[in-house]
Amino acid sequence: MKQFKILIIAMIVVAVSGFSVNTATGYKVGDVAANFSLKNIDGKMVSLTDYKDAKGFIVIFTCNHCPFAKAYEDRISGLDKKYRKAGYPVIAINPNNPAKQADDSPEKMKTRATEKGFTFPYLFDEGQKVYPQFGATKTPHVYLLQKTAEGNVVKYIGAIDDNYEDERAVKVRYVEDAIYSLLNNSEIAVKETKAIGCSIKA
Amino acid sequence: MKMRLSLILLSVFSLLESRAQTTNNIPLKVYQKDGIIVNSYDFQSMDSYLKMQNDTTYVINFWATWCKPCIEELPNFEKINLVYKKQKVKVILVSLDMPKQVENSLIPFIKRKKLRSTVIHLKDSDANTWINKVDVNWSGSIPATVIYNKDKRKFYEQSFSYEALQKEIVLFNNH
Repeated sequence: MKQFKILIIAMIVVAVSGFSVNTATGYKVGDVAANFSLKNIDGKMVSLTDYKDAKGFIVIFTCNHCPFAKAYEDRISGLDKKYRKAGYPVIAINPNNPAKQADDSPEKMKTRATEKGFTFPYLFDEGQKVYPQFGATKTPHVYLLQKTAEGNVVKYIGAIDDNYEDERAVKVRYVEDAIYSLLNNSEIAVKETKAIGCSIKA
Repeated sequence: MKMRLSLILLSVFSLLESRAQTTNNIPLKVYQKDGIIVNSYDFQSMDSYLKMQNDTTYVINFWATWCKPCIEELPNFEKINLVYKKQKVKVILVSLDMPKQVENSLIPFIKRKKLRSTVIHLKDSDANTWINKVDVNWSGSIPATVIYNKDKRKFYEQSFSYEALQKEIVLFNNH
């Protein structure tokens, strides 16, 4: 009987741990992203529904402290400048918990945004609730959304380009190529990429 | 004379080549500072570290000096490397520090913390081409760890306590 109990417990443990492995949640390409409302560095709330004229969004999970995120700051500004007018503004979200990473507090976000002259909203994921919906795991992590009748459809997930270290050595601009395809109603060639980044500190 | 020289060259070359095959590939760059040597590889040239076919259990940890959770778990990997040395466990710390930081951050860090595990540097900016080759489930965030023994292999995108790491090592060594 005792052995039977142990067996049952073991089975439950296996089932539960197996289950937790398989629950890698978050959006996949083709999913509709839910709207969110997060506080910007100016104190105002920002949500996707505020952008009546947008054709979509370049949602980027990024932060202050991460060297990879820092390496991409100017390129993120560049994306916003280039594609906001075309209907694809950048929405940057800091997913980190300042209790775990002091450099990523709302105050420091404000300082950094001012220093770097960010032209896009830099939102704070208070309580770290939005990034798990997306399934973001690191910074920087891009989700390109296209506004459709069904909602904001995820069209591309991954890296900004193929060289974090040296912008001049970039060969493939994944996000730009994807936006270009969306603007031209053509199929996106590379819908998903991976890059090294800093794990999200929740 | 010419003949002899070319023979010598040939044998040296084949010696180098056989060494490269049996141990590891040749680094792209060797950093040397304060008595510490760090070999820097691109993914192709470090790939053999992930495919050793001997009876050692390899613990490959991807980290960087700026990565807080990586630094926090590093002593646990160091301890495993030390405690399980005689039981054929080898820890290899693969630093993803920016190339500019190897001499400024990585080498001083190795020196300051007196790291005993093997530290190598990986410089391969187009991570999309190699992340899946480490493991298809790796999203690309660090810390990340691969433990393998010949063809038995597991991947972990997480931080490790000493106990949790030890538990995994024991599983690999009691196969």
